Amino acid sequence: MIQPAGNARAESPGLWALAWRRFRHDRVGLVALDVVLFFVALMAASASGLIASDWSREVGVSHAPPTFMGPERSAPHAAAGPTGASGPARGAEDRDSGVADPLARILAEIRGTNPAASGDTDVVDPLAQVLAQIRGEYSVDTATDTRAPTLIFGADKWGRDVLKKALKGTETSMFVGLTAAALAVLLGTLFGALAGYFGGWIDDVFNWIYSVFTSIPYLLLILAIAAVLNQKGTMTVILILSLTGWTGIFRLIRAEYMKHKTREYVQAADALGASHTRRMFVHILPNVSHVVLVQLSLHVVLFIKSEVVLSFLGFGVGVDTVSWGSMLNEAQSELLIGNWWQLAAATLAMALLVTAFGLLTDALRDALDPKLK
Amino acid sequence: MLAYVLRRLWQTVPTLLGVVLLVFFLFNWVGGDPAYLLAGKISNPQQIESIRRQLGVDQPAYVQLWIFTKQIASGDFGASWATNEQVSEIFATRLGPSLTVLIPLLVIETLLAMAAAMLVAYLRGSLADRLVMIGCTVGQSISILVYIILFQYLLAYRLGWFPVQGWGNSFAENLFTYSLLPVIVGVIVSLAPNTRLYRSFFLDEISQDYVRTARAKGLSEARVLWVHVLRNASIPIITNVMIQLPGLLAGAFLIERFFSIPGIGREVFLAVERSDFPVIKAVTVYVAIATMLSNLLADLLYKAFDPRVQLK
Repeated sequence: MIQPAGNARAESPGLWALAWRRFRHDRVGLVALDVVLFFVALMAASASGLIASDWSREVGVSHAPPTFMGPERSAPHAAAGPTGASGPARGAEDRDSGVADPLARILAEIRGTNPAASGDTDVVDPLAQVLAQIRGEYSVDTATDTRAPTLIFGADKWGRDVLKKALKGTETSMFVGLTAAALAVLLGTLFGALAGYFGGWIDDVFNWIYSVFTSIPYLLLILAIAAVLNQKGTMTVILILSLTGWTGIFRLIRAEYMKHKTREYVQAADALGASHTRRMFVHILPNVSHVVLVQLSLHVVLFIKSEVVLSFLGFGVGVDTVSWGSMLNEAQSELLIGNWWQLAAATLAMALLVTAFGLLTDALRDALDPKLK
Repeated sequence: MLAYVLRRLWQTVPTLLGVVLLVFFLFNWVGGDPAYLLAGKISNPQQIESIRRQLGVDQPAYVQLWIFTKQIASGDFGASWATNEQVSEIFATRLGPSLTVLIPLLVIETLLAMAAAMLVAYLRGSLADRLVMIGCTVGQSISILVYIILFQYLLAYRLGWFPVQGWGNSFAENLFTYSLLPVIVGVIVSLAPNTRLYRSFFLDEISQDYVRTARAKGLSEARVLWVHVLRNASIPIITNVMIQLPGLLAGAFLIERFFSIPGIGREVFLAVERSDFPVIKAVTVYVAIATMLSNLLADLLYKAFDPRVQLK
């Protein structure tokens, strides 16, 4: 570990300055960093409502293809026009009734299309009044709207802009990935620091917990926790992922602390009367922070992937939130009728971010630990 | 040797105890009262009370824990809440289909990844190496869901080369018809990360002194690679495969779900969807036991492959 000499005459560069110097020459790493920063900016813009805040509005005709493909010829009502209760939306709804979405009808009602289209008038809907009210409010908005025959990246079944959904999904997936990774790294670092620094029975206890958690395969543990929590939502996903994902970080940090606690600088801190907490988190932690940073980056990728699978299966984010996983879920049935754009949008956005994060992790590791090859 | 195995088995006891406690805690406290889950929406207090008595959840915690421990030891987890099928029966009938897919998948994928890794490690730094590594990075970044959706759509639905999904009655039919596409998808998904990992194992060995010595004494490149390097690099590879093994059993649930293969993974998925706690509890505990045993087996295999390893 390179420490600043603390000498006023010849200030030698610290760990981070040296790492940055190495990182600057890594062109792949720099590009990856730019892409990741771009996605972070997208997340911030989307979270603050600057972009894609109206992702759930139905701006296009149902299954509107991407612009470069031109409007769909097979659909007679695909031309732009006012959406009345029996306008293009309804025609499109009927057309794809072959692909059964169990919620399609309910959603169609909420969205304000003609309830007669759903055809189950003999069942008394206890929410009919509420729905009528919602419908009334909605129709003010949409009645004067025109629906676009094509959108830049196409539209989904309900005519929502796929590009906006992908942007909003970026926000969800990145938020889950970053927050869960931060929490998991926090837990892993804290446990690893305690176990590695104190040793003895504290180490035994944490190692026991570690071996219990790692003897259950990761995905199985996630599913088991999802089963008992039995509620969806962004916060639940973050909790599940971080509570199960800290083990690898714990192991690494523990090893680092065991190595560092006998070093001279820690002994010096002890001689100066620094408390245990101070030695652990003020003296040792900065010297192992490069491990923490690499692990953080690594786990963001892992958690984004896990979130996508969880949301796809319906154990993830809530139904009112869009994520890449829920987009893939919709895309699965859309693909059967030849609509590939939602699948492509979610896959592209995810692949770009995950690749960039992966390359960034490699670059960080190379820059921070030059001995490693 | 025997003493080592016995000591290792003894060491798994506290871990197993922890797994039991964790699962018990999760399903008995975090999960809430199972009687309400079971009784469903239409229920009255008497019904709930009788279900509670039936499940034993009206007993104090230590009694319940004892019941759970007895269940694990005897392998009798009672009946599934959703289908009323015996949990042991579910295991017995679902293990076969899972293994029919997983064993070919694991064998093919390990051999391919090792071959690819050895090749790119040998060509280290060349254009081929870099292209394969970029391909692996990009390939890894695409969700497994996309692979399954696309391959099922293209190869089965559009081209009709494979059945879209399903499972037959005879072993041969299952192996040569229904499990082909799942195996192909599984191999493609796991090839990228494993090639990257195994490449680093090979690179560690290829620059060692003994390789230079082998070359210096005039051995052919083939012998150096296939005998000297391979034998040493296979040690971490074996660990990796062994560690993956139990996780695969439950982790292949995506593939089993998409292709409607009646295996353990799909059972786990269904159980989570239906809050079928006995099944999830049983799977979690048994997969944990399998994980510990296969870790032990990996260490024993180490010894077989590398005489320098001391088991202590």
